[in-house]
Amino acid sequence: MIQFAFKRFALAALILVVAVTVMFLMIRAVPGDPVSIMLGPRATPELKARLIAEMGLDQSLPKQLFIYFSGLLRGDLGVDVFSGRDVTTIVFEQLPHTLKLIFSAILWSALLGIGLGCYAAAHPNTWIDRAAAAISVSFIAAPAFVVALLSLLVFAVYLQWFPAIGVGEGFWDTAWHLVLPSLAIGLSWVGYIARLVRASMLEVLGENHIRTARAFGLSERRIVGIYALRIAILPVVTVIGVGMGFLLSSAVFTEIVFARPGLGKLVIDSITSRNYPIVMGAVLVSTALFVISTAVADLINAILDPRARSGT
Amino acid sequence: MTETLLEIDNLSVDYETARGDLKALRDISFDVNRGEIVGIVGESGCGKSTLISAILRLIAPNTRFRNGAIRFKGDDLLTRTEEQMRALRGGDISIVFQDPMQTHNPVITIGKQMVDIQHRVKISKAEKLATAARMLGVVGIPDPEARLKQYPHEFSGGMRQRIAIAMALMSEPDLLIADEPTTALDATLEVQIIERLKDLQRDFGCAILFISHHLGVIAELCDRVVVMYAGAVVESGTVREIFHNPKHPYTRRLIECDPGHIKTRARVLPTIPGEVPDLANLPEGCIFRERCDQAMARCAQVPPLTRLSEGHNAACWLNHAEEIA
Ligand SMILES: Nc1ncnc2c1ncn2[C@@H]1O[C@H](COP(=O)(O)OP(=O)(O)OP(=O)(O)O)[C@@H](O)[C@H]1O
Ligand SMILES: [Mg+2]
Repeated sequence: MIQFAFKRFALAALILVVAVTVMFLMIRAVPGDPVSIMLGPRATPELKARLIAEMGLDQSLPKQLFIYFSGLLRGDLGVDVFSGRDVTTIVFEQLPHTLKLIFSAILWSALLGIGLGCYAAAHPNTWIDRAAAAISVSFIAAPAFVVALLSLLVFAVYLQWFPAIGVGEGFWDTAWHLVLPSLAIGLSWVGYIARLVRASMLEVLGENHIRTARAFGLSERRIVGIYALRIAILPVVTVIGVGMGFLLSSAVFTEIVFARPGLGKLVIDSITSRNYPIVMGAVLVSTALFVISTAVADLINAILDPRARSGT
Repeated sequence: MTETLLEIDNLSVDYETARGDLKALRDISFDVNRGEIVGIVGESGCGKSTLISAILRLIAPNTRFRNGAIRFKGDDLLTRTEEQMRALRGGDISIVFQDPMQTHNPVITIGKQMVDIQHRVKISKAEKLATAARMLGVVGIPDPEARLKQYPHEFSGGMRQRIAIAMALMSEPDLLIADEPTTALDATLEVQIIERLKDLQRDFGCAILFISHHLGVIAELCDRVVVMYAGAVVESGTVREIFHNPKHPYTRRLIECDPGHIKTRARVLPTIPGEVPDLANLPEGCIFRERCDQAMARCAQVPPLTRLSEGHNAACWLNHAEEIA
């Protein structure tokens, strides 16, 4: 198990290194001289030269990459040339907001989706199953930014039940501010997870060991909720792990619609002002988030499934 | 003193399929008495598994009960609600299924599964674990305490089969149904399991309904035999009667063709010329007529299962000679 975890995280680190390199090169490939854009048209040549030197842009590309990676190892993502603050500090200031958003969305959509999927699978082809299917499919079809805009208009602007912008302070206020953005991100996941759980649950319920559980008179609730779900959940964990990427991108939209601070907003703002160190830092952290979450999903599956653990 | 425990009375069960109703069981009748071991023998596809899943009503969704009754201790199970059936499962009636490799939940330890099935017993979890370990010991699994912490894939097929038997016996059922519990095992293990089942039957006093398509095993273990062919009972009687005085051509062919001994590794019944009829499209008359070398005009009608002597029934017109004459 420990060996498995070690291997999996080594792989994650490798993926991250490749991703960072590609990203670094891509940003450099964007047309336009970053320094001129950052400083505006009236910048003096001396100022430009100083900034170029400060950002290390006068070095060769491999050298720049080396400097970046060695900084990275020390947890140093560079310095924001405008404010002179550490990029690491700036990014980690914003990160918790995005994490709260994403994890609240995963949490409620997974719970609801799994419940809905289990119920539908336990009562296949009843009207409840059909209703769940219809709801799921329409949820899947709802993109996050549409739900974000609509829910903002209806529940925040028109009904004024929830706050429209910001993140709030303290537990309840924060939770209150999370409701609509989290709804926007999670809604399509409810449908997706419900469909996935239903399909994999139906398959598991047809397996022979479930008939054995029934033959011993175990309650249907225990059979569906424990005996079958422990197996049916495995693909869902993987999908959520990989889905982290989609969640991050829908978080970008949602943060902008609700004017919430967070990684997404930070990236967009920094791209418009060509603030490369921050763009790099924010994208790096979200990539790391994605890579780590897929690794964690694999680990969770290894814990849930003894067959995967023993490598057979 | 014999008391009837299970009474299958004219049971007919269909599977609804795209090709029409598949008549998997037709007018099945036989009894199992308390403490008795009854064998059911027949070729693959003759409806043995259908029969036992019908008894506990652990059936595929396309199963339809058409006719008959399944009486357990005099009480018709087919009229019971699902909830009442659940009370019986793993309590008074236990079952060992055919495929040991898929019979246990792959992601839950054997110990937890064995504790969970004791859900009707009001004892602590530690005591349930102790019971589980003791039962594993009874079926000959070494080092049971440690084994309880393991998952099914860490056991061999033979061990899993023995675990399944241990689980089925744990509630001390009145009736143990075992669906080909030895088919997946090699010959030595098969002998061991048969011996073990005999011991257990003696110690626990339960009746056993033992399904096999291996005549040798049946002869070794059972008191009485029910011979099935294509969804119908063609003959039933004591092991002695069936093996020494078979009254149905199908039974005779089975015995003739059987290499005979439990030690020989005959997994499949030897072939009898011809094919099993299509159950969705039954021919007229006696079900075995097409393959029977003694078929006659009268076989165009279905022969009834008739009592020939005390405890010996057969469904063949050959036993009605005096009527023909
Ligand atoms: N759910 C189902 N739907 C349709 N037909 C089925 C279904 N289950 C079984 N059958 C058919 O019913 C017949 C009896 O099957 P059953 O499994 O009871 O045979 P069996 O005697 O147990 O065979 P084996 O010795 O191979 O286990 C077979 O023809 C089989 O193909
Ligand atoms: Mg079978």
